[in-house]
Amino acid sequence: MRLHLPARAALLTRRCILAGAAALAAAAALPGAAAEEPLRVGAFLSVTGPAAFLGDPEQKTLEMVVERLNAAGGVNGRKLQLVVYDDAGDAEKARTFAKRLLEQDKVDVIVGGSTTGTTMAAIPLAEQAGTPFLSLAGAVGIVEPVKKWVFKTPHTDRMACEKIFADMQSRKLSKLALISGTGGFDKSMRGECLKVVGKYGIEVVADESYGAADTDMTAQLTKIKATPGVQAVLNAGFGQGPAIVTKNYRQLGLTAALYQSHGVASKEFIRLAGDAAEGVRLPASALLVAELLNDEDPQKPVVVAYKRDYEARWKSDVSTFGGHAYDGLMLTVDALKRAGSADRAKLRDALEATHGYVGTGGVVNMSAADHLGLDLTAFRMLEVRKGNWVVIR
Amino acid sequence: MGAQALQFLAAGLTAGSIYALVALGFSIVFNASRVINFAQGEFVMIGGMAAASLVGAGAPLLLAIAGAVLLATAVGLLLEKLAIERAARADVTTLIIITIGASILLRGLAQLVWGKGIRALPPISGERPIELLGASVLPQSLWVLGATLAIVAALSWFFERTRSGRAMRATAANRLAAQLVGIDVRHVLLASFGLASALGAVAGALIAPIAFTSWDAGTLLGLKGFAAAILGGLGSFHGAVAGGLVLGLLESLGAGFVSSAYKDAIAFVVILAVLFVRPDGLVGALRSERV
Repeated sequence: MRLHLPARAALLTRRCILAGAAALAAAAALPGAAAEEPLRVGAFLSVTGPAAFLGDPEQKTLEMVVERLNAAGGVNGRKLQLVVYDDAGDAEKARTFAKRLLEQDKVDVIVGGSTTGTTMAAIPLAEQAGTPFLSLAGAVGIVEPVKKWVFKTPHTDRMACEKIFADMQSRKLSKLALISGTGGFDKSMRGECLKVVGKYGIEVVADESYGAADTDMTAQLTKIKATPGVQAVLNAGFGQGPAIVTKNYRQLGLTAALYQSHGVASKEFIRLAGDAAEGVRLPASALLVAELLNDEDPQKPVVVAYKRDYEARWKSDVSTFGGHAYDGLMLTVDALKRAGSADRAKLRDALEATHGYVGTGGVVNMSAADHLGLDLTAFRMLEVRKGNWVVIR
Repeated sequence: MGAQALQFLAAGLTAGSIYALVALGFSIVFNASRVINFAQGEFVMIGGMAAASLVGAGAPLLLAIAGAVLLATAVGLLLEKLAIERAARADVTTLIIITIGASILLRGLAQLVWGKGIRALPPISGERPIELLGASVLPQSLWVLGATLAIVAALSWFFERTRSGRAMRATAANRLAAQLVGIDVRHVLLASFGLASALGAVAGALIAPIAFTSWDAGTLLGLKGFAAAILGGLGSFHGAVAGGLVLGLLESLGAGFVSSAYKDAIAFVVILAVLFVRPDGLVGALRSERV
């Protein structure tokens, strides 16, 4: 009974945003310009369907960046051609499209895979074809264990947990109560947090959960309130659940520190939870607080420029997810320049050797053992004060 | 322990009241047509979303809620007029499929009109919790309980004392006989859709300040309300109210005293058990007392 928009989903959005006409026109105007083949960047994204909030900004970002790169003359003197398919969040479709990208469109690199499910479906194909694949999905499992041709750009749930635990350590809080939803994001984050919590000398003294449709979490929070010694509460959640938890938390008068996850790192959370959000801390990427960053922050110019360009081009708010696509494409561009050619093996080696690339997600230093290349500095710890974010330093 | 139990009780009764209102909507339509109206949850959504957008446009809260209920009622009446009535000769399964279609359509329209974001509605009288024997209760919870109580009382009076109410009960008990004594059953069907959608919208506007609302908020609340109606015995007035409250209390006490990991499971296991032991629901014995 879930809503799908069959008409749109069935429509195989195939867009070639080559500077198609533009490139031809340019070639005609400048007879001397090399009529070299364009570099082909393939993408399968969840532009419609339940994960459209991921795929939509990703597609817009890729289109925008390709337009800009081509207007500036392309990469290594070659224009970029973008081929995008909409998998509507369906892993089966993602597999089909990945196959088409590799076999028919013969792309040089794939930047895509909005969800972990669609990414996992395409990994064997990219590995077999020997084509670099930069995933935009969250799960650690995509790059762990390391796969030769697969990279990813977004930070992981585990890093969000570690960021929170490190903050707890610095505040000398060691007894944690967990409350999480039963959705996929919530469960995955809870699992990752439980895996690393021991490293920080933090003890989990309560572990509660709530359903996606729950209208009230006072029962769970009352139990946490009655648990002796709780110093901090961590809510792994997504959507309206964390806002309800935050309101119920204040209703019951709990005084322990409240942490939310990066899943609700948006202004919407503050708007929904209202005054109850005061004092809540959560980890977020630099992109969300672009203007609040220190001027000496290496990420500031990158995130401010991307945010400005995106919002001017598409008239909608920038999101972390579009940032993942930006990083995926720009990492490729960075590697192409260093490799000096589009040879797939050379491009792969150059990607793996990425060092000091500054993107929206953080500073990336990859290695043969790490195809993500981000560390905890990718996250900023934010606190809500007077209805706005403040970066905790 | 006492204060804790009271806290669980307050949460359970609040959620239970909402489930009860939604369940009543299911039962009223079921009685008039033998149709399970799967669009019932969408009226809950329309109630919350319309009220939130009216408040956003500057309307006073109570006026916004009234407007939202009117809008949902109009949508309910249109659904009956344009879809259900036109398929009057079709069998019940077809009608149920029509309601599923209507539910998908309404969710799609809500996305277009109100967008995909989550919305908040201000509470009727502030957010400062009231301390009650060690439990802290939101004023909005009291509004939910009070409004539900008033609605149940008004509906009781309507079904027992008024001519239209009795006509609806007569149709539920025996459609053919009702027709023979001169009751316009088509009218009854229309009225039942109007009533059910209004009830859903009231529930939606009452719960939105506590639980927020979004274009897809109706699906799961509708499902819980359906479960409550089954639990109480589909078609039973008292059963719907009892089913809603029992379901709400089970969820909250289960989460509080047993484990929140099994919160949803507890409720559904109990429903399965009731269906095995008493297939007609808790109040199933009072079959002739159908709404």
